[in-house]
Amino acid sequence: MSNKVEIRGLTKSFGSVQVLHDVDFTVKEGEIVCLIGPSGSGKSTLLRCINQLEEAQSGIIRVDGLIQGWSERSGKLYELSPRNITAQRSHIGMVFQRFNLFPHLTALENIIEAPIHVRGIRRAEAIKQARQLLENVGLANKQDSYPSELSGGQQQRVAIARALAMKPRLMLFDEPTSALDPELVSEVLAVMKNLAEIGMTMIVVTHELGFAREVADRVAFMDQGRIVESGTPEELLTSPRNSRTKSFISSVLQ
Amino acid sequence: MPSTGKSKIMTMGNMSCLEMGRTERIRRKYYGRYVSGLAIVVILLLIVRAFKNGMIDWGIVGEFLTAESILVGLLKTIIMAPLAMLLGLVLGLVIALMRMSPNPVCSSFAVGYMWLFRGSPQLLQLFLWYNIALVFPTITIPYLFSMPTIQVMTPFVATLLGLGICQSAYTAEVFRAGIISVDKGQGEAAAALGMGGGLSMRRIILPQAMRAIVPPVGNEFIGMVKATSLASAIQYTEILNAAQRIYYVNNYVIELLIVATVWYLFIVSLLTIGQSFLERRIGRGFERR
Ligand SMILES: Nc1ncnc2c1ncn2[C@@H]1O[C@H](COP(=O)(O)OP(=O)(O)OP(=O)(O)O)[C@@H](O)[C@H]1O
Ligand SMILES: [Mg+2]
Repeated sequence: MSNKVEIRGLTKSFGSVQVLHDVDFTVKEGEIVCLIGPSGSGKSTLLRCINQLEEAQSGIIRVDGLIQGWSERSGKLYELSPRNITAQRSHIGMVFQRFNLFPHLTALENIIEAPIHVRGIRRAEAIKQARQLLENVGLANKQDSYPSELSGGQQQRVAIARALAMKPRLMLFDEPTSALDPELVSEVLAVMKNLAEIGMTMIVVTHELGFAREVADRVAFMDQGRIVESGTPEELLTSPRNSRTKSFISSVLQ
Repeated sequence: MPSTGKSKIMTMGNMSCLEMGRTERIRRKYYGRYVSGLAIVVILLLIVRAFKNGMIDWGIVGEFLTAESILVGLLKTIIMAPLAMLLGLVLGLVIALMRMSPNPVCSSFAVGYMWLFRGSPQLLQLFLWYNIALVFPTITIPYLFSMPTIQVMTPFVATLLGLGICQSAYTAEVFRAGIISVDKGQGEAAAALGMGGGLSMRRIILPQAMRAIVPPVGNEFIGMVKATSLASAIQYTEILNAAQRIYYVNNYVIELLIVATVWYLFIVSLLTIGQSFLERRIGRGFERR
Protein backbone atom coordinates (compact mmCIF):
# COMPACT_ATOMS: atom_id res chain seq x y z
CA MET A 1 0.00 0.00 0.00
CA SER A 2 1.12 3.55 -0.70
CA ASN A 3 2.32 5.95 1.95
CA LYS A 4 -0.32 8.41 3.10
CA VAL A 5 1.99 10.34 5.35
CA GLU A 6 5.73 10.31 5.09
CA ILE A 7 7.84 12.27 7.53
CA ARG A 8 11.61 12.54 7.13
CA GLY A 9 14.05 14.16 9.52
CA LEU A 10 11.52 16.43 11.16
CA THR A 11 13.07 18.82 13.63
CA LYS A 12 11.15 21.42 15.59
CA SER A 13 12.18 23.82 18.32
CA PHE A 14 10.31 26.42 20.28
CA GLY A 15 12.97 29.05 20.86
CA SER A 16 15.93 27.16 22.27
CA VAL A 17 13.91 24.13 23.34
CA GLN A 18 14.06 21.33 20.81
CA VAL A 19 10.75 19.47 20.84
CA LEU A 20 11.10 17.09 17.87
CA HIS A 21 14.41 15.40 17.15
CA ASP A 22 14.88 14.18 13.61
CA VAL A 23 11.60 12.29 13.49
CA ASP A 24 11.00 9.70 10.75
CA PHE A 25 7.51 8.35 10.53
CA THR A 26 5.26 6.88 7.87
CA VAL A 27 1.58 6.06 7.81
CA LYS A 28 0.14 3.91 5.07
CA GLU A 29 -3.10 4.47 3.22
CA GLY A 30 -5.98 3.32 5.42
CA GLU A 31 -3.75 2.69 8.39
CA ILE A 32 -4.75 3.62 11.93
CA VAL A 33 -1.82 4.66 14.04
CA CYS A 34 -2.05 5.46 17.72
CA LEU A 35 0.60 7.73 19.12
CA ILE A 36 1.26 7.35 22.82
CA GLY A 37 3.80 8.87 25.13
CA PRO A 38 4.27 10.96 28.25
CA SER A 39 3.17 14.57 28.54
CA GLY A 40 5.48 16.97 26.75
CA SER A 41 6.98 14.30 24.52
CA GLY A 42 5.95 16.18 21.38
CA LYS A 43 2.89 14.22 20.21
CA SER A 44 0.71 17.28 19.70
CA THR A 45 3.55 19.15 18.05
CA LEU A 46 4.04 16.30 15.58
CA LEU A 47 0.34 16.31 14.65
CA ARG A 48 0.30 20.08 14.37
CA CYS A 49 3.31 19.99 12.06
CA ILE A 50 1.49 17.56 9.78
CA ASN A 51 -1.28 20.04 9.07
CA GLN A 52 1.01 23.05 9.33
CA LEU A 53 -0.35 24.63 12.45
CA GLU A 54 3.33 24.62 13.41
CA GLU A 55 6.23 25.10 11.07
CA ALA A 56 9.18 22.78 11.52
CA GLN A 57 12.75 24.04 11.26
CA SER A 58 13.85 21.20 9.03
CA GLY A 59 12.65 17.95 7.59
CA ILE A 60 9.97 17.11 5.11
CA ILE A 61 6.38 16.02 5.52
CA ARG A 62 4.58 14.51 2.56
CA VAL A 63 0.87 13.83 2.53
CA ASP A 64 -0.30 11.90 -0.52
CA GLY A 65 3.17 12.49 -1.91
CA LEU A 66 2.89 16.28 -1.72
CA ILE A 67 5.36 18.15 0.42
CA GLN A 68 3.45 20.15 3.01
CA GLY A 69 4.11 23.87 2.83
CA TRP A 70 6.67 23.75 0.04
CA SER A 71 6.89 22.97 -3.63
CA GLU A 72 9.89 21.27 -5.08
CA ARG A 73 11.38 22.66 -8.28
CA SER A 74 14.78 21.83 -9.69
CA GLY A 75 16.16 20.59 -6.41
CA LYS A 76 14.98 23.55 -4.34
CA LEU A 77 12.02 24.01 -2.02
CA TYR A 78 9.89 27.10 -2.60
CA GLU A 79 7.52 28.27 0.10
CA LEU A 80 3.87 27.85 -0.86
CA SER A 81 1.45 30.76 -0.79
CA PRO A 82 -0.93 30.97 2.20
CA ARG A 83 -3.72 30.07 -0.20
CA ASN A 84 -2.01 26.83 -1.22
CA ILE A 85 -1.14 25.96 2.37
CA THR A 86 -4.78 26.49 3.27
CA ALA A 87 -5.81 24.21 0.42
CA GLN A 88 -3.46 21.48 1.66
CA ARG A 89 -4.90 21.76 5.14
CA SER A 90 -8.45 21.46 3.90
CA HIS A 91 -7.79 17.82 2.99
CA ILE A 92 -6.65 16.95 6.51
CA GLY A 93 -9.22 16.74 9.29
CA MET A 94 -8.19 17.61 12.80
CA VAL A 95 -9.96 16.94 16.08
CA PHE A 96 -8.76 18.79 19.14
CA GLN A 97 -8.63 17.83 22.78
CA ARG A 98 -10.78 20.83 23.68
CA PHE A 99 -13.21 20.40 20.74
CA ASN A 100 -12.80 23.99 19.56
CA LEU A 101 -16.30 24.17 18.19
CA PHE A 102 -17.37 27.65 17.13
CA PRO A 103 -19.50 28.78 20.08
CA HIS A 104 -21.48 31.38 18.12
CA LEU A 105 -22.75 28.78 15.63
CA THR A 106 -25.15 25.90 16.11
CA ALA A 107 -24.02 22.31 15.61
CA LEU A 108 -25.30 22.35 12.04
CA GLU A 109 -23.77 25.75 11.29
CA ASN A 110 -20.44 24.52 12.66
CA ILE A 111 -20.49 21.69 10.17
CA ILE A 112 -21.59 23.60 7.06
CA GLU A 113 -19.30 26.59 7.58
CA ALA A 114 -16.20 25.29 5.84
CA PRO A 115 -17.91 23.27 3.08
CA ILE A 116 -19.81 26.40 2.03
CA HIS A 117 -17.08 29.00 2.40
CA VAL A 118 -14.01 26.94 1.56
CA ARG A 119 -15.30 24.36 -0.89
CA GLY A 120 -18.04 26.56 -2.34
CA ILE A 121 -20.73 23.91 -1.92
CA ARG A 122 -24.33 25.10 -2.19
CA ARG A 123 -25.95 25.72 1.17
CA ALA A 124 -28.80 23.26 0.67
CA GLU A 125 -26.34 20.59 -0.33
CA ALA A 126 -24.10 21.31 2.66
CA ILE A 127 -27.04 21.13 5.03
CA LYS A 128 -28.12 17.80 3.61
CA GLN A 129 -24.63 16.39 4.06
CA ALA A 130 -24.34 17.85 7.56
CA ARG A 131 -27.62 16.24 8.63
CA GLN A 132 -26.32 12.90 7.42
CA LEU A 133 -23.08 13.37 9.33
CA LEU A 134 -24.92 14.36 12.49
CA GLU A 135 -27.01 11.24 12.15
CA ASN A 136 -23.87 9.13 11.69
CA VAL A 137 -22.46 10.43 14.97
CA GLY A 138 -25.81 9.94 16.69
CA LEU A 139 -26.77 13.59 17.05
CA ALA A 140 -29.53 14.02 14.48
CA ASN A 141 -31.71 15.79 17.04
CA LYS A 142 -29.05 18.29 18.10
CA GLN A 143 -28.53 20.22 14.88
CA ASP A 144 -29.88 23.50 16.27
CA SER A 145 -28.09 23.32 19.61
CA TYR A 146 -25.25 25.67 20.37
CA PRO A 147 -22.04 24.01 21.61
CA SER A 148 -22.66 25.35 25.10
CA GLU A 149 -25.88 23.34 25.19
CA LEU A 150 -24.10 20.07 24.43
CA SER A 151 -22.19 17.70 26.69
CA GLY A 152 -18.48 17.26 26.12
CA GLY A 153 -18.99 13.97 24.34
CA GLN A 154 -21.64 15.48 22.08
CA GLN A 155 -19.41 18.46 21.33
CA GLN A 156 -16.56 16.19 20.35
CA ARG A 157 -18.83 14.16 18.08
CA VAL A 158 -19.98 17.37 16.38
CA ALA A 159 -16.32 18.34 16.01
CA ILE A 160 -15.61 15.02 14.30
CA ALA A 161 -18.60 15.52 12.00
CA ARG A 162 -17.35 19.03 11.25
CA ALA A 163 -13.96 17.68 10.21
CA LEU A 164 -15.53 14.91 8.11
CA ALA A 165 -17.71 17.41 6.25
CA MET A 166 -14.59 18.52 4.39
CA LYS A 167 -14.15 14.94 3.11
CA PRO A 168 -10.61 14.70 4.47
CA ARG A 169 -8.17 12.09 3.23
CA LEU A 170 -6.49 11.91 6.62
CA MET A 171 -7.79 12.48 10.14
CA LEU A 172 -5.65 13.68 13.02
CA PHE A 173 -6.95 13.27 16.56
CA ASP A 174 -5.16 15.01 19.41
CA GLU A 175 -6.30 13.34 22.63
CA PRO A 176 -9.95 13.51 21.57
CA THR A 177 -11.22 12.01 24.81
CA SER A 178 -8.88 13.48 27.43
CA ALA A 179 -11.15 16.40 28.27
CA LEU A 180 -14.20 14.16 28.71
CA ASP A 181 -15.83 12.73 31.79
CA PRO A 182 -15.15 8.98 31.88
CA GLU A 183 -18.72 8.00 31.03
CA LEU A 184 -18.60 10.09 27.83
CA VAL A 185 -15.38 8.62 26.45
CA SER A 186 -16.95 5.54 24.90
CA GLU A 187 -19.44 7.43 22.71
CA VAL A 188 -16.61 9.33 21.06
CA LEU A 189 -14.45 6.24 20.69
CA ALA A 190 -17.41 4.46 19.06
CA VAL A 191 -17.61 7.16 16.40
CA MET A 192 -13.88 6.83 15.79
CA LYS A 193 -14.19 3.06 15.48
CA ASN A 194 -16.86 3.50 12.81
CA LEU A 195 -14.52 5.79 10.98
CA ALA A 196 -11.74 3.24 11.19
CA GLU A 197 -14.03 0.60 9.75
CA ILE A 198 -14.77 2.60 6.63
CA GLY A 199 -11.05 2.80 5.95
CA MET A 200 -10.15 6.36 6.99
CA THR A 201 -6.45 6.91 7.55
CA MET A 202 -6.09 8.10 11.12
CA ILE A 203 -3.36 9.27 13.43
CA VAL A 204 -4.65 9.28 16.98
CA VAL A 205 -2.81 10.69 19.96
CA THR A 206 -4.42 8.97 22.91
CA HIS A 207 -4.03 7.60 26.39
CA GLU A 208 -6.82 5.07 25.74
CA LEU A 209 -4.69 1.95 25.45
CA GLY A 210 -7.82 -0.19 25.17
CA PHE A 211 -8.83 1.72 22.06
CA ALA A 212 -5.30 1.43 20.68
CA ARG A 213 -5.26 -2.30 21.24
CA GLU A 214 -8.65 -2.81 19.64
CA VAL A 215 -8.58 -0.42 16.70
CA ALA A 216 -5.01 0.52 15.83
CA ASP A 217 -3.00 -1.18 13.14
CA ARG A 218 0.12 0.22 14.69
CA VAL A 219 1.07 1.93 17.92
CA ALA A 220 4.02 4.28 18.19
CA PHE A 221 5.60 5.35 21.45
CA MET A 222 7.04 8.82 21.62
CA ASP A 223 9.36 10.18 24.26
CA GLN A 224 11.39 13.39 24.48
CA GLY A 225 10.77 14.35 20.89
CA ARG A 226 11.64 10.98 19.38
CA ILE A 227 9.62 8.03 18.21
CA VAL A 228 11.22 5.42 20.40
CA GLU A 229 9.43 2.33 19.25
CA SER A 230 6.55 1.33 17.05
CA GLY A 231 4.81 -1.92 16.23
CA THR A 232 1.50 -3.73 16.27
CA PRO A 233 -0.61 -3.08 19.37
CA GLU A 234 0.19 -6.59 20.51
CA GLU A 235 3.95 -6.11 20.21
CA LEU A 236 4.11 -2.67 21.68
CA LEU A 237 1.52 -2.85 24.43
CA THR A 238 2.11 -6.41 25.60
CA SER A 239 5.80 -6.93 25.08
CA PRO A 240 7.54 -3.61 24.56
CA ARG A 241 11.26 -3.87 23.88
CA ASN A 242 12.34 -0.45 25.08
CA SER A 243 12.53 0.11 28.83
CA ARG A 244 10.99 3.58 28.61
CA THR A 245 8.04 2.19 26.66
CA LYS A 246 7.67 -0.49 29.29
CA SER A 247 7.62 1.90 32.21
CA PHE A 248 5.24 4.29 30.40
CA ILE A 249 2.74 1.54 29.62
CA SER A 250 2.83 0.16 33.11
CA SER A 251 2.35 3.68 34.51
CA VAL A 252 -0.73 4.20 32.33
CA LEU A 253 -2.17 0.80 33.20
CA GLN A 254 -0.99 0.85 36.83
CA MET B 1 -23.13 36.84 69.23
CA PRO B 2 -24.39 33.85 67.28
CA SER B 3 -23.43 31.19 69.83
CA THR B 4 -25.38 32.75 72.69
CA GLY B 5 -28.35 33.38 70.40
CA LYS B 6 -28.40 29.77 69.41
CA SER B 7 -28.20 28.46 72.94
CA LYS B 8 -31.02 30.80 73.97
CA ILE B 9 -33.27 29.41 71.26
CA MET B 10 -32.47 25.89 72.35
CA THR B 11 -33.31 26.58 75.99
CA MET B 12 -36.58 28.13 74.90
CA GLY B 13 -37.53 24.75 73.53
CA ASN B 14 -37.85 25.90 69.90
CA MET B 15 -35.79 22.96 68.65
CA SER B 16 -38.59 21.38 66.63
CA CYS B 17 -39.45 24.63 64.84
CA LEU B 18 -35.80 25.28 64.08
CA GLU B 19 -35.33 21.82 62.70
CA MET B 20 -38.35 22.20 60.49
CA GLY B 21 -36.94 25.48 59.15
CA ARG B 22 -40.08 27.43 60.01
CA THR B 23 -38.62 29.71 62.66
CA GLU B 24 -39.48 33.35 62.05
CA ARG B 25 -36.51 35.41 60.88
CA ILE B 26 -36.06 39.03 61.91
CA ARG B 27 -34.11 41.12 59.39
CA ARG B 28 -31.66 43.66 60.74
CA LYS B 29 -32.72 47.28 60.36
CA TYR B 30 -30.14 49.45 58.64
CA TYR B 31 -31.11 52.88 59.97
CA GLY B 32 -28.13 54.46 58.22
CA ARG B 33 -29.72 53.66 54.88
CA TYR B 34 -32.92 55.48 55.75
CA VAL B 35 -30.97 58.54 56.85
CA SER B 36 -28.74 58.71 53.78
CA GLY B 37 -31.67 58.05 51.43
CA LEU B 38 -33.66 60.81 53.04
CA ALA B 39 -30.71 63.22 52.87
CA ILE B 40 -30.32 62.64 49.13
CA VAL B 41 -34.02 63.24 48.48
CA VAL B 42 -33.94 66.47 50.47
CA ILE B 43 -30.88 67.72 48.62
CA LEU B 44 -32.50 66.90 45.27
CA LEU B 45 -35.65 68.78 46.26
CA LEU B 46 -33.57 71.80 47.27
CA ILE B 47 -31.78 71.76 43.92
CA VAL B 48 -35.06 71.48 42.01
CA ARG B 49 -36.50 74.35 44.03
CA ALA B 50 -33.39 76.47 43.40
CA PHE B 51 -33.70 75.98 39.66
CA LYS B 52 -37.42 76.61 39.75
CA ASN B 53 -36.91 79.93 41.52
CA GLY B 54 -33.64 80.67 39.69
CA MET B 55 -33.43 82.96 36.74
CA ILE B 56 -34.37 80.41 34.14
CA ASP B 57 -37.27 81.10 31.86
CA TRP B 58 -38.66 77.60 31.40
CA GLY B 59 -41.13 78.91 28.88
CA ILE B 60 -38.22 79.83 26.61
CA VAL B 61 -36.75 76.34 27.05
CA GLY B 62 -40.03 74.78 25.95
CA GLU B 63 -40.38 77.20 23.08
CA PHE B 64 -36.90 76.62 21.62
CA LEU B 65 -36.86 72.88 22.23
CA THR B 66 -38.57 72.42 18.88
CA ALA B 67 -37.40 75.58 17.14
CA GLU B 68 -36.54 74.90 13.54
CA SER B 69 -32.84 75.77 13.74
CA ILE B 70 -32.48 73.59 16.84
CA LEU B 71 -34.12 70.68 15.06
CA VAL B 72 -31.85 71.20 12.07
CA GLY B 73 -28.90 71.16 14.48
CA LEU B 74 -30.28 67.99 16.03
CA LEU B 75 -30.50 66.43 12.60
CA LYS B 76 -26.91 67.43 11.84
CA THR B 77 -25.75 65.85 15.08
CA ILE B 78 -27.72 62.72 14.30
CA ILE B 79 -26.12 62.57 10.86
CA MET B 80 -22.59 63.36 11.97
CA ALA B 81 -22.26 61.05 14.96
CA PRO B 82 -22.92 57.74 13.16
CA LEU B 83 -20.93 58.77 10.09
CA ALA B 84 -17.89 59.76 12.12
CA MET B 85 -18.32 56.61 14.22
CA LEU B 86 -18.51 54.49 11.08
CA LEU B 87 -15.31 56.04 9.82
CA GLY B 88 -13.79 55.43 13.26
CA LEU B 89 -14.85 51.78 13.20
CA VAL B 90 -13.65 51.03 9.68
CA LEU B 91 -10.31 52.78 10.12
CA GLY B 92 -10.04 51.36 13.62
CA LEU B 93 -10.41 47.80 12.36
CA VAL B 94 -7.80 48.42 9.68
CA ILE B 95 -5.38 49.90 12.21
CA ALA B 96 -6.03 47.05 14.66
CA LEU B 97 -5.27 44.46 11.97
CA MET B 98 -2.15 46.39 10.94
CA ARG B 99 -1.09 46.56 14.58
CA MET B 100 -1.26 42.75 14.77
CA SER B 101 0.40 42.22 11.41
CA PRO B 102 3.67 40.25 11.33
CA ASN B 103 5.00 42.97 9.02
CA PRO B 104 6.99 45.31 11.31
CA VAL B 105 6.42 48.32 9.04
CA CYS B 106 2.66 47.77 9.25
CA SER B 107 2.57 47.37 13.00
CA SER B 108 4.90 50.31 13.61
CA PHE B 109 2.76 52.50 11.38
CA ALA B 110 -0.29 51.51 13.42
CA VAL B 111 1.48 52.27 16.69
CA GLY B 112 2.55 55.68 15.36
CA TYR B 113 -0.95 56.43 14.11
CA MET B 114 -2.49 55.66 17.51
CA TRP B 115 0.19 57.66 19.27
CA LEU B 116 -0.50 60.71 17.09
CA PHE B 117 -4.31 60.72 17.09
CA ARG B 118 -4.81 59.64 20.68
CA GLY B 119 -2.11 61.91 21.97
CA SER B 120 -3.40 65.24 20.70
CA PRO B 121 -6.64 66.97 21.76
CA GLN B 122 -9.69 66.31 19.63
CA LEU B 123 -10.61 69.99 19.36
CA LEU B 124 -7.12 70.78 18.13
CA GLN B 125 -7.40 68.05 15.49
CA LEU B 126 -10.66 69.60 14.29
CA PHE B 127 -8.96 72.99 13.93
CA LEU B 128 -6.11 71.40 11.99
CA TRP B 129 -8.41 69.67 9.50
CA TYR B 130 -10.51 72.79 9.11
CA ASN B 131 -7.48 74.91 8.38
CA ILE B 132 -5.57 72.44 6.29
CA ALA B 133 -6.04 74.69 3.29
CA LEU B 134 -3.24 76.77 4.76
CA VAL B 135 -0.90 73.84 4.12
CA PHE B 136 -2.35 72.44 0.90
CA PRO B 137 -4.23 75.16 -0.97
CA THR B 138 -5.49 72.76 -3.61
CA ILE B 139 -6.34 69.07 -3.56
CA THR B 140 -5.26 67.31 -6.72
CA ILE B 141 -5.65 63.80 -8.00
CA PRO B 142 -3.65 63.85 -11.25
CA TYR B 143 -5.81 63.89 -14.41
CA LEU B 144 -9.00 63.37 -12.42
CA PHE B 145 -9.67 66.06 -9.96
CA SER B 146 -8.36 69.36 -8.73
CA MET B 147 -10.13 71.68 -6.35
CA PRO B 148 -9.33 74.42 -3.88
CA THR B 149 -9.03 72.82 -0.47
CA ILE B 150 -11.33 75.41 1.08
CA GLN B 151 -14.20 74.12 -1.03
CA VAL B 152 -13.55 70.51 -0.06
CA MET B 153 -12.79 71.02 3.59
CA THR B 154 -16.21 72.27 4.63
CA PRO B 155 -17.12 72.24 8.34
CA PHE B 156 -18.90 68.95 7.63
CA VAL B 157 -15.89 67.25 6.04
CA ALA B 158 -13.46 68.63 8.61
CA THR B 159 -15.66 67.40 11.44
CA LEU B 160 -16.12 64.00 9.86
CA LEU B 161 -12.39 63.53 9.33
CA GLY B 162 -11.36 65.03 12.64
CA LEU B 163 -13.78 63.07 14.78
CA GLY B 164 -13.64 59.86 12.71
CA ILE B 165 -9.87 59.61 12.55
CA CYS B 166 -9.41 60.49 16.19
CA GLN B 167 -12.06 57.90 17.06
CA SER B 168 -10.33 55.23 14.98
CA ALA B 169 -7.24 55.48 17.15
CA TYR B 170 -9.38 54.47 20.13
CA THR B 171 -11.52 51.86 18.40
CA ALA B 172 -8.36 50.20 17.05
CA GLU B 173 -7.42 49.30 20.61
CA VAL B 174 -10.96 48.09 21.32
CA PHE B 175 -10.86 45.85 18.25
CA ARG B 176 -7.43 44.52 19.11
CA ALA B 177 -8.43 43.68 22.67
CA GLY B 178 -11.58 41.95 21.36
CA ILE B 179 -9.67 39.89 18.83
CA ILE B 180 -7.05 38.87 21.38
CA SER B 181 -9.81 37.80 23.78
CA VAL B 182 -10.96 35.04 21.40
CA ASP B 183 -9.50 31.64 22.27
CA LYS B 184 -6.51 30.69 20.12
CA GLY B 185 -8.12 27.30 19.44
CA GLN B 186 -10.83 29.01 17.38
CA GLY B 187 -8.40 30.30 14.79
CA GLU B 188 -6.65 26.92 14.75
CA ALA B 189 -9.89 25.04 14.25
CA ALA B 190 -10.78 27.36 11.38
CA ALA B 191 -7.32 26.94 9.85
CA ALA B 192 -7.54 23.16 10.21
CA LEU B 193 -10.78 23.27 8.23
CA GLY B 194 -8.95 25.05 5.43
CA MET B 195 -10.28 28.51 6.15
CA GLY B 196 -7.87 31.26 5.14
CA GLY B 197 -6.85 34.12 7.39
CA GLY B 198 -9.41 36.62 6.09
CA LEU B 199 -12.27 34.16 6.06
CA SER B 200 -11.47 32.95 9.55
CA MET B 201 -11.24 36.54 10.82
CA ARG B 202 -14.55 37.50 9.23
CA ARG B 203 -16.62 34.41 10.01
CA ILE B 204 -15.09 32.98 13.19
CA ILE B 205 -12.89 35.42 15.10
CA LEU B 206 -14.67 38.78 14.68
CA PRO B 207 -18.19 37.50 15.48
CA GLN B 208 -16.84 36.19 18.77
CA ALA B 209 -14.68 39.25 19.38
CA MET B 210 -17.84 41.35 18.98
CA ARG B 211 -18.95 40.28 22.41
CA ALA B 212 -15.96 42.05 23.89
CA ILE B 213 -16.08 44.88 21.34
CA VAL B 214 -19.72 46.02 21.45
CA PRO B 215 -19.91 47.30 25.05
CA PRO B 216 -16.88 49.61 24.82
CA VAL B 217 -17.86 50.69 21.29
CA GLY B 218 -21.28 51.60 22.69
CA ASN B 219 -19.54 53.83 25.20
CA GLU B 220 -17.34 55.29 22.51
CA PHE B 221 -20.43 56.01 20.40
CA ILE B 222 -22.00 57.90 23.28
CA GLY B 223 -18.73 59.78 23.60
CA MET B 224 -18.91 60.52 19.89
CA VAL B 225 -22.40 62.01 20.14
CA LYS B 226 -21.11 64.40 22.73
CA ALA B 227 -17.88 65.05 20.85
CA THR B 228 -19.85 66.36 17.88
CA SER B 229 -20.45 69.44 20.03
CA LEU B 230 -16.77 70.29 19.50
CA ALA B 231 -17.66 70.91 15.87
CA SER B 232 -19.50 74.04 17.00
CA ALA B 233 -16.02 75.58 17.18
CA ILE B 234 -15.51 75.16 13.42
CA GLN B 235 -18.96 76.40 12.45
CA TYR B 236 -20.62 73.05 11.87
CA THR B 237 -24.17 73.90 12.94
CA GLU B 238 -24.95 70.93 15.11
CA ILE B 239 -27.15 71.32 18.21
CA LEU B 240 -24.73 73.27 20.37
CA ASN B 241 -23.74 75.59 17.54
CA ALA B 242 -27.42 76.15 16.69
CA ALA B 243 -28.15 76.94 20.34
CA GLN B 244 -25.21 79.34 20.50
CA ARG B 245 -26.34 81.19 17.38
CA ILE B 246 -29.71 81.75 19.02
CA TYR B 247 -28.44 82.94 22.37
CA TYR B 248 -25.92 85.31 20.75
CA VAL B 249 -29.04 87.10 19.54
CA ASN B 250 -31.58 86.73 22.35
CA ASN B 251 -29.24 86.28 25.35
CA TYR B 252 -31.16 83.35 26.84
CA VAL B 253 -27.85 81.54 27.36
CA ILE B 254 -28.80 79.01 30.01
CA GLU B 255 -32.20 78.29 28.49
CA LEU B 256 -30.67 77.34 25.15
CA LEU B 257 -27.89 75.33 26.77
CA ILE B 258 -30.62 73.40 28.59
CA VAL B 259 -32.37 72.81 25.27
CA ALA B 260 -29.15 71.36 23.88
CA THR B 261 -28.67 69.24 27.00
CA VAL B 262 -32.15 67.79 26.69
CA TRP B 263 -31.50 66.71 23.13
CA TYR B 264 -28.10 65.16 23.92
CA LEU B 265 -29.66 63.18 26.77
CA PHE B 266 -32.42 62.08 24.42
CA ILE B 267 -30.00 60.73 21.79
CA VAL B 268 -27.79 59.05 24.36
CA SER B 269 -30.81 57.36 25.96
CA LEU B 270 -31.85 55.93 22.62
CA LEU B 271 -28.32 54.68 22.05
CA THR B 272 -28.21 53.00 25.44
CA ILE B 273 -31.37 51.09 24.62
CA GLY B 274 -29.98 50.10 21.21
CA GLN B 275 -26.77 48.93 22.81
CA SER B 276 -28.39 46.55 25.27
CA PHE B 277 -30.50 45.17 22.43
CA LEU B 278 -27.39 44.57 20.32
CA GLU B 279 -25.50 42.96 23.20
CA ARG B 280 -28.26 40.43 23.71
CA ARG B 281 -28.22 39.57 20.01
CA ILE B 282 -24.47 39.10 19.86
CA GLY B 283 -24.51 36.97 22.99
CA ARG B 284 -26.17 34.13 21.09
CA GLY B 285 -24.58 30.81 21.95
CA PHE B 286 -22.78 32.30 24.92
CA GLU B 287 -25.36 33.12 27.55
CA ARG B 288 -26.24 29.53 28.33
CA ARG B 289 -24.25 27.55 30.89
N1 LIG C 1 3.75 27.11 21.48
C1 LIG C 1 4.74 26.59 22.25
N2 LIG C 1 5.74 27.39 22.69
C2 LIG C 1 6.73 26.89 23.44
N3 LIG C 1 6.85 25.60 23.80
C3 LIG C 1 5.90 24.75 23.39
C4 LIG C 1 4.79 25.21 22.60
N4 LIG C 1 4.00 24.14 22.32
C5 LIG C 1 4.58 23.09 22.94
N5 LIG C 1 5.71 23.44 23.56
C6 LIG C 1 6.62 22.53 24.28
O1 LIG C 1 6.91 21.49 23.44
C7 LIG C 1 6.99 20.26 24.16
C8 LIG C 1 6.09 19.24 23.51
O2 LIG C 1 4.77 19.68 23.61
P1 LIG C 1 3.55 18.84 23.04
O3 LIG C 1 2.36 19.65 23.30
O4 LIG C 1 3.85 18.45 21.64
O5 LIG C 1 3.60 17.56 23.98
P2 LIG C 1 2.52 16.41 24.08
O6 LIG C 1 3.28 15.14 23.87
O7 LIG C 1 1.38 16.67 23.19
O8 LIG C 1 2.09 16.50 25.59
P3 LIG C 1 0.64 16.28 26.25
O9 LIG C 1 0.45 14.82 26.40
O10 LIG C 1 0.76 16.99 27.55
O11 LIG C 1 -0.35 16.94 25.33
C9 LIG C 1 6.60 20.59 25.58
O12 LIG C 1 7.78 20.65 26.34
C10 LIG C 1 5.96 21.93 25.50
O13 LIG C 1 6.22 22.67 26.64
MG1 LIG D 1 -0.67 17.21 23.49
